[in-house]
Amino acid sequence: MMLLEMAAAGFGDRIAVGSLDGGLTFQQLFDRAGASADRFRAAGADAVAMADVSSAALPISLFGAAWADLPFVPLNYRLTDDELATLAGRIAPAIAVVDPSAIGRLSGLDGVSVVDRDALLADLADLVDATVPAPEWDMVGEGTAILLFTSGTTGEPKAAVLRHRHLVSYVLGSVEFMGAGEEEAALVSVPPYHVAGMAAILSNVYAGRRIVQLPAFDAAAWVDLVRTEGVTSAMVVPTMLSRIVEHLEAEIVDGETVGLPTLRSLSYGGGKMPRPTIERALELLPDTAFVNAYGLTETSSTVALLGPEDHREALASDDESVRARLGSAGRPLPTIEVSIRDEDGTEVPTGGPGEIWVRGEQVSGEYRGMAPRLTPDGWFPTHDGGWMDDAGFLHVSGRIDDVIVKGGQNVSPGEIEAVLVAHPGVSDAAAIGLPDTQWGERIVAAVVRSGEPTADADQFAVELQEAVRAELRSNRTPDHVTFVDALPYNDTGKLLRRVLRADLAHLGDGSTP
Amino acid sequence: MPELKPGSRFASDVCTTEVIVVKGAGEADLRCGGAPMASAGTASGGGTPSPDAAGGTLMGKRYVDADETIEVLCTKPGDGSLGLGDALLEPKEAKPLPASD
Repeated sequence: MMLLEMAAAGFGDRIAVGSLDGGLTFQQLFDRAGASADRFRAAGADAVAMADVSSAALPISLFGAAWADLPFVPLNYRLTDDELATLAGRIAPAIAVVDPSAIGRLSGLDGVSVVDRDALLADLADLVDATVPAPEWDMVGEGTAILLFTSGTTGEPKAAVLRHRHLVSYVLGSVEFMGAGEEEAALVSVPPYHVAGMAAILSNVYAGRRIVQLPAFDAAAWVDLVRTEGVTSAMVVPTMLSRIVEHLEAEIVDGETVGLPTLRSLSYGGGKMPRPTIERALELLPDTAFVNAYGLTETSSTVALLGPEDHREALASDDESVRARLGSAGRPLPTIEVSIRDEDGTEVPTGGPGEIWVRGEQVSGEYRGMAPRLTPDGWFPTHDGGWMDDAGFLHVSGRIDDVIVKGGQNVSPGEIEAVLVAHPGVSDAAAIGLPDTQWGERIVAAVVRSGEPTADADQFAVELQEAVRAELRSNRTPDHVTFVDALPYNDTGKLLRRVLRADLAHLGDGSTP
Repeated sequence: MPELKPGSRFASDVCTTEVIVVKGAGEADLRCGGAPMASAGTASGGGTPSPDAAGGTLMGKRYVDADETIEVLCTKPGDGSLGLGDALLEPKEAKPLPASD
């Protein structure tokens, strides 16, 4: 809340969210946050939930909740009605701001009062002049700012606790106050319930950068907004970037294209980025600075960055070890320490694989109603596997839980997938382990072919196996390659390995073709 | 002397500067414009910064002492310079990071 107060005081007349014509200024955002705080307090709630796509109501409610010293809880509106109701029940008594078309989804629940987003916006616009309360809020920072339910790919979703001090540390450590020029605008297309969606609001408000929101991602709409709103920076997840790349390629006529001349910076994160996609994006957008951000919900977003120069240097290099940095998460933020640990929690020598541990003031590692996952000396074991190269670049190989254990050997799906997607005939690929009596697990690769398949499927499968064998060790060669139309992703671009394992269960023991 | 803790706010007695403590705990002789700072809302105002502490403060800048035992964030700018005792605080130089959000 302090961040917004400073923004309103420092550049209150700038547009904070929306179009230059008709958007809300930072002062208006501040006033509406205050008016909404009164409304949230009056509801007698312990939390402010939101089950909605991005709109002006999002930053208003986020800051309004902070003003009222209540946690803000963005819920995934794509969940089923039952799942959504269960999560809302876990934070009751709560006031929930919802999409007008979805009022019924949370109505009638014990301890949950529902507010129509459009009605809230209209009320606040009428009320603000009279009712902005005194600016009093938690300054110590111990209070919970945001509760974010993890995607729960392995069971019941956990509610990650991000306190004000975590978020303020992140913003102060990574964003310069009023660092943005008045003409700058950031396009936010990640949903509110993704930590990147929350970080985008806080960072851009503190930088004084106008926020343009795209409620539902669509490549054509995204490209159109960049052009009509003069967007200068944006953050996307890998699946969004691959669709944007396809869209931009389709626009090329006789080798000429409009491109995205206003877009100075494009940041991506939230999952594995196929190298062919990022290489193509770098070629299509030669004037755009690319930033790869690695972070987790529990670390208040970004903890490591691969910056623009790193990208161009890697792309231009003939040295494979430099080029491999394109697949890395870059270097840790100056305020963050990273350590690679083995299973006993002992640090491994540089270059060795292990679990990524991080430490810093922005790192929470805390879940509501559970013991904190931080070690006594403040380290957070991320459950991500990875290694650090000689030059200090952090390489993330994927969730440790996804590691395939074949014949007692740990095999990271990430490295197999990297080889597969680098093949011109492959547009996407995933490697999973399936039960095998002899080996414990066998490696199965699910591959999406690109374009019109030219080679015979069996022959192509053998070709891909050979490609992996040539690049990696033979114990990493897929035992079986199967071709699928598409891989299962959630809407924020995370591959659903659990779904894939279930879909391909027949390729496990006893059904080897 | 005022008691510092993260989150506590102080205002200058001799200019419009206000700060919030980011780091540091315990009693400290926090000054602005050469005069002791007061808890926000209790500053009496009036007076002018002493000439050797009149460099001014910038909003959104973080200021630290030489040993980095305390760090304050300027939330309102003014004409005075921040100090710990007689020593002036220095603006913390942050290496700019590319926008990632």
